[in-house]
Amino acid sequence: MNQPKTVKKLKFYPNKCDGCLKCERACSQVHFKTDEGGKKSAIRIIKEGKSYKMNVCDQRGLCLDMCPVGALYRRKNGTVWLDKDICIGCQACVGFCPIGAMRKSDVRIEPFKCISCGACVRACPTNALELEESKIEEIKEVVYHKHGV
Amino acid sequence: MVEGQITIEDYKTGNTPHKWDLNKIKKAHKTLYEYSYKNGNVDRGYANRTLYINLSDKQIKEKKVTEDMKKKFTGGRGFGLKLLWESIKSSTRWNSEENELVITNGPLCGTTQYPGSGKSLCLSVSPATDTICDCNVGGFFGPYLKFSGFDALEIQGKAAEDIVIIIDGEQGKIKVETAPLEETNTHLINEQLTHIYSTEDSDKSRQKVSVVSAGKGAENSWWGCLNFSFYDIRRKVPRVKQAGRGGLGTVFRDKKIKAIVVKVENITGDSNNPADPIKLAEIGTKLHREIRDLDRYQCNMRAVGTAHLVEIMDEYDLLPCENYRFGSFPKSSKIYSTEFYKYFTKIIPDGCWHGCTMACSKTVDGFSVKTGPYKGQKVTVDGPEYETVAACANMSIWDPERVLEFNFYCDTYGIDTISTGTAIAFIQEMFEYGILNKDRCAGIELCFGNSDAVLEFMHRMAKGDKDEFIQVASKGIKRIKDWLLKKKWGDKWLINECGMESKGLEYSEYVTKESLAMQGGYGLTLKGPQHDEAWLIFMDMVNNAIPTFQDKAEALHYFPMWRTWFGLNGLCKLPWNDIEPANNAEASEPAKVPEHVQNYVEYQNAVTGWNVTKEDLILQSERCYNWQRAMNVWMGRGRRKDDWIPYRSMGPVTEVEYTSRKDRYDKLLVEKLGLKEKDVEKMNVKSKIKELYEYRQDQYQKLTDAVYHRRGWTPNGVPTPMKMKELGMDDPQMIEILQKYIDEDDKAGLNVWGGRYDKKEKPPTEDLKYWQK
Repeated sequence: MNQPKTVKKLKFYPNKCDGCLKCERACSQVHFKTDEGGKKSAIRIIKEGKSYKMNVCDQRGLCLDMCPVGALYRRKNGTVWLDKDICIGCQACVGFCPIGAMRKSDVRIEPFKCISCGACVRACPTNALELEESKIEEIKEVVYHKHGV
Repeated sequence: MVEGQITIEDYKTGNTPHKWDLNKIKKAHKTLYEYSYKNGNVDRGYANRTLYINLSDKQIKEKKVTEDMKKKFTGGRGFGLKLLWESIKSSTRWNSEENELVITNGPLCGTTQYPGSGKSLCLSVSPATDTICDCNVGGFFGPYLKFSGFDALEIQGKAAEDIVIIIDGEQGKIKVETAPLEETNTHLINEQLTHIYSTEDSDKSRQKVSVVSAGKGAENSWWGCLNFSFYDIRRKVPRVKQAGRGGLGTVFRDKKIKAIVVKVENITGDSNNPADPIKLAEIGTKLHREIRDLDRYQCNMRAVGTAHLVEIMDEYDLLPCENYRFGSFPKSSKIYSTEFYKYFTKIIPDGCWHGCTMACSKTVDGFSVKTGPYKGQKVTVDGPEYETVAACANMSIWDPERVLEFNFYCDTYGIDTISTGTAIAFIQEMFEYGILNKDRCAGIELCFGNSDAVLEFMHRMAKGDKDEFIQVASKGIKRIKDWLLKKKWGDKWLINECGMESKGLEYSEYVTKESLAMQGGYGLTLKGPQHDEAWLIFMDMVNNAIPTFQDKAEALHYFPMWRTWFGLNGLCKLPWNDIEPANNAEASEPAKVPEHVQNYVEYQNAVTGWNVTKEDLILQSERCYNWQRAMNVWMGRGRRKDDWIPYRSMGPVTEVEYTSRKDRYDKLLVEKLGLKEKDVEKMNVKSKIKELYEYRQDQYQKLTDAVYHRRGWTPNGVPTPMKMKELGMDDPQMIEILQKYIDEDDKAGLNVWGGRYDKKEKPPTEDLKYWQK
């Protein structure tokens, strides 16, 4: 099967961000049809001192090998995708994500994540977000720990 | 092989493909009888009904699960005990018409958020022990049985010809069909039936089917196990977990069941309809994170499964080598988990139920079979787990490839690796002493280390070889002992004390000689010497945390009760203490892993909507544990005489064993028995063995006294009517039975302590009728 070679992932410019959280609201609109943002958003902007940092999936795909039912896979465009119709809500991917970017909202058992749709980029009034293309080979990571390491 | 992020479609095992005419196999099936039902919703962990099938009367019916049943028996193994109590007689034996095979799940079974939540519990009267045997097994069957509408499956009677039972949760139909053409051995029939009964020709559809089977070995021995499948969408094979102990697979084949197939319509993260799904996801995710961060520094389950124990047991002199004579061996590093790690397929979710990130079900794919009927084929081998590797250490097999071969054939023949390995090790020791020889062993040179001979024995046994030795040997150590004694081929004491069985069941794979508490952990059990009730060796021997009889008795109360709880709920024990919170050592009682106990309190409340405490969890277990012991008493198998263990599990039987630990034993003779060092030096090994024997037998009896007292049983080990009433298990018929046995024991003078107490030592109480108060 032809596998995607590249993937778009979010890049954040903290100096441009003013913490308006319009990105989060746009994201929760995509995932839950609400503009609550916060826990229903796959992208989170967190205040750190006087600046901001972003927490979002970086498409490394470490969760792909965790899924027992094959609900997680790379789509043709390379993004790591969670098919909630297949997902059985085990939270293995949520628990094992090293950066906490696979999220679970209280409204449903299946987790959700950034799908690189660009809604947040479009919603950002200060251009602090951008979708950047990366080579999957360079960013991919696997979850398994070698024996004795 | 490239590791990681391989798409499911592209994943290859390298196994030999099969060419079967599945249509022909399916067409040969004839529906004998069927039953339609309406699949209801599971409510807070319970389907609220059980399924009863009588293969003799061709009857299928539903039974209701009452609130009283939940209160008294919780679920899982508890439900199994209740159903058996209502169906069997005290005289029922494994092959009796009325004997049942019960498969249950439990209220928490099928949860996907908390690791280790997919266990089935199997119960039946065992051929090995003539009493109830319960096994806890992984695979998809238990959860699927519940999501197809049933908290338990009860099978009574025997079919006239080979059949398969189909529980179709998609259509709401139970069918019993003839099954003339499919294979019997597990790795083949499970694959055939998974393909035949999946709704669509896709891996996702096949994942919704689970098959229980046993193989030709189960048919032709008393070591039969049940193989529970879980279809692996990456490997594209149904993998298996075993309900191994006590010969339940033998009962299965005696009933002429070739397989049981369950098919589920759909599963989701909340198929159990839990009371509080948010809480469940919260505690489950917390445990996933602990496993992610700590497993590699603790047990390394995700990399090598339970096989990580091999090197630890070897290091602590606890790995059973050459029939438990030794606890370590010069060649043992050849079968350390590092060796199997080279064979294991990596970076695959290896849980035996969805969401288990302990992922201990390690697998070797594309393994080339070297002997027997499948010689030359490449297959998937499930395992080896610790017990299988250690069983090979017991047989002195130190070649990983041979361990895998033994593992593969035990699984596909449907025989328990533990009983098979332990029994063969006993035969090998008898071979070494000349009590057995090639002539007496059907022409097979069954000496230690001869893996060719071990496999030849297994292949001939599975074929149903009628040779006297093979017929006797395949019924296990107890029957081999009787046979050797009848033939007058060896010393009675040596034969009895070397053969590692108690209650008729072979020991699992730990050397217990230097841990009195663990001797109790094996001997003072319900089904026989299996470490699933208590594993106290480190607490007792290494950390000296339970020095007195009272301490040991407390541990032999708490841990069996705690571990019983997993079986009542359809859970696996491993995520309780094979992963521990980082600060567990600072907890008040680290051995109990209090933070995880609290997880389970919250877990049961989150599913059922109850409001239980950790004490309530123990109470749930105590009810069922005492009930099972009471049923054992009723069947003539639950008193002090039945808690006998062979001396090989207590101390050195032979001179070579004494010599291998001479310093330890000599020191003990001085420090514990009060002998003078000079005298000990002059004594010959035989006399030293005798002194030690007397001492350790007495220690075991004193431990038994303390444990019976702690459990609230009579000094002869019978659960008392008072205890049963206190627990709310006040069935008048059972109370009457127990009173009858207590009165009988009284008349026979058996209600007395077993230990010899001198002036300095005291029995648990002077009042032998303490339990009446």
